[in-house]
Amino acid sequence: MQRHIAHRLLQLVPVLLSVSVLVFFMIHLVPGDPVQVMLQDYGSAEQAAALRHTLGFDRPLVVQYGVFVWHLLHGDLGRSIRTGRPVAAEIALRLPYTLRLTAASMVVAIVLGLTLGMLAAVQHRRFLDYAATVTALAGISLPSFWFGLVLILVFSYYLRWLPPAGADTVTSLILPAVTLGASAAALIARLSRSSLLEVLRQEFIRTARAKGLGEWWILYRHGLRNALIPVLSIVGLQFAGLLGGAVIVESVFGWPGLGRLAVDAIFNRDIPMVQGIVLTAAVIFVAVNLCVDLLYALVDPRIRYV
Amino acid sequence: MLWSTRGSGTSETAGGGRRLPPFRMRSHGAIGLRRIARHRGAAVGAVVIGVLLLGALLAPYVARYDPTAPHFALRLRPPSAAFPFGTDFFGRDILSRLLYGGRVSLVVGATSVILSFVVGLPLGIVAGYYAGRADTLIMRAIDVWLAFPELLLAIGIVAVLGPGLQNVMLAIGISGVPGVCRLVRGSVLPVKEEAYVEVARAVGGGDGHVIRVHVFPNVLAPIVVLLTLRLGTAILTGVGLSFLGLGVQPPTAEWGAMVAEGRVHLQQAWWVSTIPGLAIFFSVMGFNVLGDGMRDALDPRLH
Repeated sequence: MQRHIAHRLLQLVPVLLSVSVLVFFMIHLVPGDPVQVMLQDYGSAEQAAALRHTLGFDRPLVVQYGVFVWHLLHGDLGRSIRTGRPVAAEIALRLPYTLRLTAASMVVAIVLGLTLGMLAAVQHRRFLDYAATVTALAGISLPSFWFGLVLILVFSYYLRWLPPAGADTVTSLILPAVTLGASAAALIARLSRSSLLEVLRQEFIRTARAKGLGEWWILYRHGLRNALIPVLSIVGLQFAGLLGGAVIVESVFGWPGLGRLAVDAIFNRDIPMVQGIVLTAAVIFVAVNLCVDLLYALVDPRIRYV
Repeated sequence: MLWSTRGSGTSETAGGGRRLPPFRMRSHGAIGLRRIARHRGAAVGAVVIGVLLLGALLAPYVARYDPTAPHFALRLRPPSAAFPFGTDFFGRDILSRLLYGGRVSLVVGATSVILSFVVGLPLGIVAGYYAGRADTLIMRAIDVWLAFPELLLAIGIVAVLGPGLQNVMLAIGISGVPGVCRLVRGSVLPVKEEAYVEVARAVGGGDGHVIRVHVFPNVLAPIVVLLTLRLGTAILTGVGLSFLGLGVQPPTAEWGAMVAEGRVHLQQAWWVSTIPGLAIFFSVMGFNVLGDGMRDALDPRLH
């Protein structure tokens, strides 16, 4: 296991290095003169020259990249073009909000998805199965921004149960978390249904029944445990979906996370800020996938890595 | 392999000259199409998409009002006989805007999916067919690509290129490449090991010929299914970016932008946001149902 962890950590090095190269070049892929784009054609020639110097554009590309990585290793992501504040500080301020939102949506997705998937598998080819299947299909087809607005309309404006925006109370987390978690829940429901159906067809389930074990015990002890393994593998991927989806959901609910910061940065053509956010998201995503990979080896005794 | 649909007609045995009953050979494509047509879910999806396409194509003839011209006297009218889906803040008929907006969403979806396949398909075939160093190189690049969450990658690309419809299509297309490449590679790998591919190579078939005649037709089914499902995803991403204001710019009608425009008046006029959202929901669901149905219909294990 230790060797496996070390091996997977080593594999990360080229991925993270390539990610840093891609993020570094983002600023150079801007069509036209990036400095003029960032100043949105308002700055004077002196301002442009000053910005060019601050960003290090007057130096060779290799040197620029070296400096970029050197700063990166020291936790320095540069400064925002708009506010002048360090990008890392802005991100550190907003990241906890996004992590709270994605974690809550992950909980919503897993609880809702597993319940729906289990119900469908146990009631295979009966009404509940069809209802759950259609619900899951609807879930993956939902535009999150619209679903969020419908939830606000119903639960905030008509029923007045939950706040439509804000991030200070626990109740204000509920609507964004459900909105963001819905499509992930639908995917988990679909996968856990088919995975559970597959497992329930196995010989050892028949043996368990023959032993006279109760249906729920079989489902929990023999069915779910085995069915969860493939589900776990997509939870990591789902996390990526949630990080991306957070950009949209945060702007629906006025949630002060990374997503809102990203959208504002795009409109302001604040490329260093966008670079920092994209890099942060990629690193989080890679780390989560690593954790899922390692969990996989722990959960499934059949997987033994060399 | 795709056989001729015309079949070989009648044939005579060499010795006795007795006529055999006519024999028809159906192509894989024809069998697949029949199965898809018989699948209830796929049929429902196809009908929904058909309606969507028809609405988008006939928009100039069906729409009763100009989708962009404002009529301030008619602002925020609830659904009625004159305006079946009501009017928006600028007094524009929402039904007319829906019809025109569908064109934009469909074009965004189709263009970006085509782009994903134009890049991802050859990469996947090369990686799967040639294996070895080409495979390693391509798949490592795909790994890096996949280190960015798809929607975030699209947003990053729009951030670099600047907001606008063209850049949105490019962004969605590029961020969809790794998924296509991986699926195509995964489908090519088992086909490559089949005896008929080996035979084709043994009798001197060049790589290009073997890929075109033997490999590609046999990986077509999963590719078509993915294409359908990706269309739904691409439309969803496109409207999402437009909702954020990164896609089409006003006053052009587009479903995501329409939902965004209505959110300010959500309490007074629920229909402005809700109805375009429903249109998005049903069209994406149409593609998902069709894709799922096609997958079931074409999966040999389910027959």
